[in-house]
Amino acid sequence: MRNQQATQLLFELSKSGRRAARFPTADVPDRPLTDLIPAAQLAKSLPPLPEVTEPDVIRHFVNLSTLNMSVDTHFYPLGSCTMKYNPKRHERLAGLPGLVDLHPYQTPAASQGMLQFLYEMQQMLAEIAGLPGVSMQPAAGAQGELTALLVAAQYFRDRGEHRTKVIFPNSAHGTNPASAAIAGFECVQLNQSEGGYVSLPELQSQLNDQTAVFMITNPSTLGLFERRIQTIAKMVHDVGGLVYIDGANMNAILGITRPGDFGGDMMHYNVHKTFTGPHGAGGPGSGPIAVRDFLADYLPGPIVTRTQQPDGTAVYGLATPSKTIGRVRTFFGNVGILLRGYCYLKTLGAEGVKAVSDNAVLNANYLLQKLKHVLPVPQGERCMHEFVASAQKLKTEKGISAMDIAKRLLDYGFHAPTVYFPLVVPEALMMEPTETESKETLDAFAAAIEQIVTEDPERLHEAPFTGPASRPDDLKAGRNPILKWTAKV
Amino acid sequence: MDRSQLKYAKTDEWVALEGDIATVGITDAAVQALTDLVYLALPTVGKQYNAGSPFGEVESVKAASDLYAPVSGEVIAVNTELPNNLDWLSTDAFGKGWIARFKVAPGATLDHLMDAKGYAAYWDTRAH
Amino acid sequence: MSYLFNTPEQQQEMLRVCGVDSIEKLFSDQVPADLRLNRLLEMPPALSELELEAELTALAHKNGGASTRTCFLGGGAYDHFIPAAVDTIATRSEFYTAYTPYQAEASQGTLQAFFEYQTLICELTGMDVSNASLYEGGTSVTEAVSMALRSLHNRRRVVVLGSMHPEYREILVTHLQHLNCELVTIPTPAGTADVSKVKAALNDQTACLVVQQPNFFGCLESAAELMAAAKDAGALGIISFDPLSLGLLQRPGDYGADIAVAEGQSLGTPLQYGGPYLGILTCREALMRKMPGRLIGQTTDRLGKRCFVLNLQAREQHIKRDKATSNICTNQGLLALRATVYMSLLGPQGLREVSELACRKAHYAAEQLAQVAGLELMFAQPFFKEFTVRCKGGVEPILKRAAAAGFDIGPELSRFTWSDGETMSAGLLVAVTEKRTRADIDRLAQALAKSR
Ligand SMILES: Cc1ncc(COP(=O)(O)O)c(C=O)c1O
Repeated sequence: MRNQQATQLLFELSKSGRRAARFPTADVPDRPLTDLIPAAQLAKSLPPLPEVTEPDVIRHFVNLSTLNMSVDTHFYPLGSCTMKYNPKRHERLAGLPGLVDLHPYQTPAASQGMLQFLYEMQQMLAEIAGLPGVSMQPAAGAQGELTALLVAAQYFRDRGEHRTKVIFPNSAHGTNPASAAIAGFECVQLNQSEGGYVSLPELQSQLNDQTAVFMITNPSTLGLFERRIQTIAKMVHDVGGLVYIDGANMNAILGITRPGDFGGDMMHYNVHKTFTGPHGAGGPGSGPIAVRDFLADYLPGPIVTRTQQPDGTAVYGLATPSKTIGRVRTFFGNVGILLRGYCYLKTLGAEGVKAVSDNAVLNANYLLQKLKHVLPVPQGERCMHEFVASAQKLKTEKGISAMDIAKRLLDYGFHAPTVYFPLVVPEALMMEPTETESKETLDAFAAAIEQIVTEDPERLHEAPFTGPASRPDDLKAGRNPILKWTAKV
Repeated sequence: MDRSQLKYAKTDEWVALEGDIATVGITDAAVQALTDLVYLALPTVGKQYNAGSPFGEVESVKAASDLYAPVSGEVIAVNTELPNNLDWLSTDAFGKGWIARFKVAPGATLDHLMDAKGYAAYWDTRAH
Repeated sequence: MSYLFNTPEQQQEMLRVCGVDSIEKLFSDQVPADLRLNRLLEMPPALSELELEAELTALAHKNGGASTRTCFLGGGAYDHFIPAAVDTIATRSEFYTAYTPYQAEASQGTLQAFFEYQTLICELTGMDVSNASLYEGGTSVTEAVSMALRSLHNRRRVVVLGSMHPEYREILVTHLQHLNCELVTIPTPAGTADVSKVKAALNDQTACLVVQQPNFFGCLESAAELMAAAKDAGALGIISFDPLSLGLLQRPGDYGADIAVAEGQSLGTPLQYGGPYLGILTCREALMRKMPGRLIGQTTDRLGKRCFVLNLQAREQHIKRDKATSNICTNQGLLALRATVYMSLLGPQGLREVSELACRKAHYAAEQLAQVAGLELMFAQPFFKEFTVRCKGGVEPILKRAAAAGFDIGPELSRFTWSDGETMSAGLLVAVTEKRTRADIDRLAQALAKSR
């Protein structure tokens, strides 16, 4: 049923002379353009954009959209990404005039509603983290990591301490070492683990007066809550270092335990994950950070302030913390995503927020129990909001890889889990069902995997069979990169 | 090239020394571990490298690895045909798959490198 | 509770399968008791959809949005027109509720759209390669500078102009201060850079020269000469451009930029108080493997059919970790999609019309405002859609008069941190898009002319 014609490339649909948008003629006095712009600066010809009509554009992109799997159409258990339902009220409310059309340089006096929401969001994020200082500038988790590491660097510099090393376990997400390197730190990776948990002797052996920050995802990328996190934090603090909590997995612990209460000094949120952003085909996200009181003065500005007037009313304003590291982006942050997160938290309230984690953890544990007979979970019987299964045994016994299972699941109408991450589990399938899925869906998903592992491995290598493409040639793409369409000559 | 006569670095480069000219490549075992290669960045002829410093890069679809100079010296030739014939790195790693020739810096030695046996043993200790 | 499925009976059944009798047990098995939060979070009470909408509407009413007022605000975010079809596509939930296209077979819609985005951006700019988006315009400048420092690793000097967006410059300072680099800012007291002064600052240690075109004051730099000067010094030339100026002005690729970046907000993204916006980054082919961010590539599948994949991933953090070209993971995909639809709708003619309208109206506005007593143009340079006025009696009275008459202009230059410590206290930006009419401009001039 695919519309082959409309899903050609836009450039192939183009026909000279067609057009969609038209603008009014100028209502100001006509003058030669060269009176306005020096001739040398004027383009000699127009950019060769495609020429299509509005119906062309709509049919093209609507048809393209149908080639995607998405949360609104499919179960999407992509581990570490928290692909939960994205409430539709958020889209309507984020589009309200006054919010969607507010210029970032509008005066604070004419932005009081915006600033009030941002202030309340700051407060809620501080409360959920158990850390009082919040900056909502970062555009995504990775930028949150980098921002917090720059805060740490400035803090140590102010104290006259020369600390150069950032330590993280090998199960860390790639953004952790990448952010540390960009912030100018040396990376130290811990390569051992004790059943998926940090090896304390190994950590101890790396800690010294060079240690700036220990970065840890908790719950970890293996879906485990690091039970000894307080001991770990004490070890790091004892050598004068700071503890960074990668909060990508906050969906497991909302209202259950707080990074600030278990020893974290800094953390980031991924609002697009935990607070149902949504994910926007890759972004935008929002990655606010929360830090301890003694780090709050280093945060990038602006942050939102609230002052009580004598008559009891509140006035909101923007301020820059006194020892700020400086700006990390323009304007205020990914406000549109923060707004959706705010709507979400206001809808849930304290009990609803905790119910999120309750049900996320229940769903993950249930799915783990349903699947462990076919796909062993090396890290055991219990998990938080996600778990990492391994197809290693299937691979050696039958030649069925994690990738084969992932691809075949698409035929069964399920998006694939995250595969081959974390790197420490061979043939990893990282599954995060989220709380917004029913038992029926989890049962059907488990049944599909049970079925898949009985199929002919040779056939599985060729899956999927039903989608718009099957097993793209990555090698060809990599060896001869074609990164744009070019006209045939 | 007789691989038993070559010297090897822990970072998987091999070296064949003739006089003060060192021919350098990477082992086929390392290439296999990287899986299908898509890209090779060659060093610049005339540039000096210290032993252990990165002089090039290989990439596969799913991995990337720096190439480290196994000896100190100046690059005097590179295998310009190799980037367009990456298969040679797996089919003829020690022949057509050579990457660069170095003029070994005066006084530099290969003493820090392993022989074929040592490399084989070292390879086995690594998890793949 | 909202958005949950399982009935109490189902929960019991699931708990039984897990071998526990309560959800609490799932946690107490894993999270040490002394770490538990033994109270409810302090949060506002839960609201129904109806109550939430009432609250948000009340908040929204306290803001002066561009649809209820007349917006002449600029400084890197602009009130351009957004055709309805952009929203129609961007609100398709098959797009906005999907994530990064890791599984190519399940994401051909996203992948093809971003391949088209990359192509459109290359056509727009005349550059060879575009990535699939960065966070926004300011961080894109920093990413471009990092690319230059990585490409020419022996060179540690970065030269920028004082006429660059001061926030872009601040971001650069934040990131460079912990690295061993020198940042040199060339003052631009005349509104644009003096090419000979820039040339004198470029040396064999210079990794790159960054030029914003049109610059923060709205003025046009001698971009071609500056790019040539960078090349002569063996440095990379980086341009930060306004996408909607390219219906009229020469493209960065035409005048020899090595890397061209932009804030892409004007390509179909609403103002929404500063984000999410779109970071555009393009470069010459030779720099392709130094690029940050996702790149979509064309290939064929098992059956030989054309399809699209994430390509050259070995540059990225999930593979190269601490050696990656950037730490970016989640990008600004949905905004890239908006830009893709916007550019498709405009085509070459529409783009030309928007550019020309903004430019003509801005020049009309500049003439009118220059006639207002107490106002004059701050710089005598050619400009595109934005210009800077000097308020001889101070900025405040002008802003007040504008605001009282329903107009927003600015930002005022004094709100920024300038490299040379200047306050630029009397300067005010005025931006004019295709949405402003001659009548708007005349009324603004009248409002400002009223004696105090
Ligand atoms: C564990 C972990 N850390 C960090 C990140 C980076 O976050 P973002 O993609 O929002 O930059 C991710 C997400 O992709 C993640 O899963």
